[in-house]
Amino acid sequence: MIIYILCFILFLVGLYGVVSKRNLIKIIIGIAIMEYSINLFLIMIGYIEGGTAPIITKGFEHAKFVDPLPQAMILTSIVIGLATTALLLAVAIRLYQKYGTFDINKIKDLKG
Amino acid sequence: MELYLIIILVLMILGSIYSLNATDLLSAVISYGIVGFGLVIAFLLLQAPDLAIVQVVVEVATLIIMIAAIKNTQSKIPKMEFKPKIAVYYAITLIAALVFILIFDRATGCLSQFGADTMRMAQPYIDGAQHTKSANLVTGVVLDFRAYDTLGEATVLFTAVIGVLTILRIKGKKDN
Repeated sequence: MIIYILCFILFLVGLYGVVSKRNLIKIIIGIAIMEYSINLFLIMIGYIEGGTAPIITKGFEHAKFVDPLPQAMILTSIVIGLATTALLLAVAIRLYQKYGTFDINKIKDLKG
Repeated sequence: MELYLIIILVLMILGSIYSLNATDLLSAVISYGIVGFGLVIAFLLLQAPDLAIVQVVVEVATLIIMIAAIKNTQSKIPKMEFKPKIAVYYAITLIAALVFILIFDRATGCLSQFGADTMRMAQPYIDGAQHTKSANLVTGVVLDFRAYDTLGEATVLFTAVIGVLTILRIKGKKDN
């Protein structure tokens, strides 16, 4: 189970970035790292030892496949992750245009 | 197989730690690319070629958007000077991470081992594959069995694109 724990450590690194960094770009990077680690974890649960990719070709009609259902779900999740990251970066670009900094402490001071 | 995955995961963890601690935003973004492209190789090792293709495209797009966001910005981050108080914070963080990992280890104890032969939900999808006439089972699930899910995904994607266009629009409402 060391492999699940490594995946969770990747999640914790992303969480550390979100909680402790002051730069907006680094916070966005932390969110994206958390997202990637969760995608990887779900795909690992669907993996079957000795299975092939779930594509039916001639001669492999009844081969042992890995679980196709998590793969289909994560396909959706990856694309939505791109959309949310793009939205976050758009907000960051606007904040930089208005305040001239990515530092969230300075942005907070300039309020009002 | 599992060894390769462990090596790639360790590389991804090192890349993410460097990315979060870099003093330069450009090197932070580029070492974030290590995480994304390591994930591509991990997907290939886990027999998920569709996901690997999608992840390559998404990662390249994310890197382009990030570099577009940080270009023409003052991208140096002042380095934090070391104080004894910070060491206490690091110790607390490490202890909290250890507690989280222990809880996670207990929580995943009920899951089956990595690579165990368990088809919990997917057997009906595999058996019904000849009805979809699709050679690829993943696209069969995405576009046939769960087409409404995909429709919802397209809705989310277009909503996000409209949001980005609304935020980045130069012309706003005229101030009265």
